[in-house]
Amino acid sequence: MSDESEDDLILADLPDDELVQQMFDDLYDGLKPEIEEAVHILLDRGWAPYDILTKALVGGMTIVGRDFRDGILFVPEVLLAAGAMKGGMAILKPLLAETGAPRVGKMVIGTVKGDIHDIGKNLVSMMMEGAGFEVVDIGINNAVEKYLAALETEKPDILGMSALLTTTMPYMKVVIDTMAAQGIRDEYIVLVGGAPLNEEFGRAIGADAYCRDAAVAVETAKSFMARKHNQMATA
Amino acid sequence: MAGAAGRLTDSAPPARVLVVACGALAREITALQRAYGWDHLTLVCLPAILHNRPERIPSAVADTIAARRAGHDRVFVAYADCGTGGRLAALCDDLGATMIDAPHCYAFYEGAAAFRDHADEIDAFYLTDFLARQFDAFVWEPLGLDRHPRLRDMYFGHYTKLVYLAQTDDPALTARAADAADRLGLGFERRFTGFGELGDWIARA
Repeated sequence: MSDESEDDLILADLPDDELVQQMFDDLYDGLKPEIEEAVHILLDRGWAPYDILTKALVGGMTIVGRDFRDGILFVPEVLLAAGAMKGGMAILKPLLAETGAPRVGKMVIGTVKGDIHDIGKNLVSMMMEGAGFEVVDIGINNAVEKYLAALETEKPDILGMSALLTTTMPYMKVVIDTMAAQGIRDEYIVLVGGAPLNEEFGRAIGADAYCRDAAVAVETAKSFMARKHNQMATA
Repeated sequence: MAGAAGRLTDSAPPARVLVVACGALAREITALQRAYGWDHLTLVCLPAILHNRPERIPSAVADTIAARRAGHDRVFVAYADCGTGGRLAALCDDLGATMIDAPHCYAFYEGAAAFRDHADEIDAFYLTDFLARQFDAFVWEPLGLDRHPRLRDMYFGHYTKLVYLAQTDDPALTARAADAADRLGLGFERRFTGFGELGDWIARA
């Protein structure tokens, strides 16, 4: 999507709709400084932080996610785009808290014991935050005790677990079984993800859903939250 | 390896075995085949780069078995799980084929017992001879590190060392593996494994 002729583009000269479109392109190309500049421009123009997040940043990352799913973009490009979005979110995050942006739900997320891979988890965390979830990331190599402590402390709606290795993914069942043994399994929505997983595995270990990628994780989480709210409304 | 030698001295002709193998094992299996005279094996290798998209391995194996199975008594799939999350094992069950019972090639090169001893070595990035030889094509470039070196720590920030599991004593390959460790910003350790349990698996095929 990059274009040599865009080198001289002055972002501040663009009207809002063209600037947002340009942000989509810059996210796609992983241009963090340009994204940060554009976020500041929109803030100066009076845009609400939540609108910048959802309409420009999440909108752009949705295109990135779609092209990743379709095999047009690959992991390196997605990471660069994520880095650019992270730059924009760092500016918006304190402002979102101040302006009382809507909160869809809360998630605790971490990579399971024995596994130090966190690229997928970090993408999910970022996209969940972009979608209005509060995310508590407990990092990598988490034993069941650490998950349980985070659930107790943070009281989230959702527990997310990630694993990249065939050898570590069975540990998700250890966590879910422990939750069941303690009688707290049904208090949480449990979402799992990672390259070697699939839907069948997710069902077999007793998760609520397997999420193929970050975009699916966001949609699945939103869908479960909506159901939860509906249940509460009809209870 | 005694099993293989025993089979070859039996009076009955050995069963014809189709071996569908990961291309990353081609050199090693060919060397074993030559060393032990395993003429009853038909070796068909799939592109090793499938490892970068493990979800595509089962269908590639299934297609190859369907195309090449005729004329063979048995099928052996010379893959470990290799990130397929059990899908390759399920496929082998369905097709009546056998495969290597291990999570990946690092495990059967080291041997199950030694690998278990290293179960807590979660911060090690492994290379084999194949990967030492093909580091740029299979690691550096697919991860985009040739174009975007700043991504290195996003991928490898939690690793502390590169462990080179050497199938052969080759100073040039050791130097390449050490160079890979340096480029990734990791410590370096070399462990000689030889072909580990690979020969036993093929002998039992």
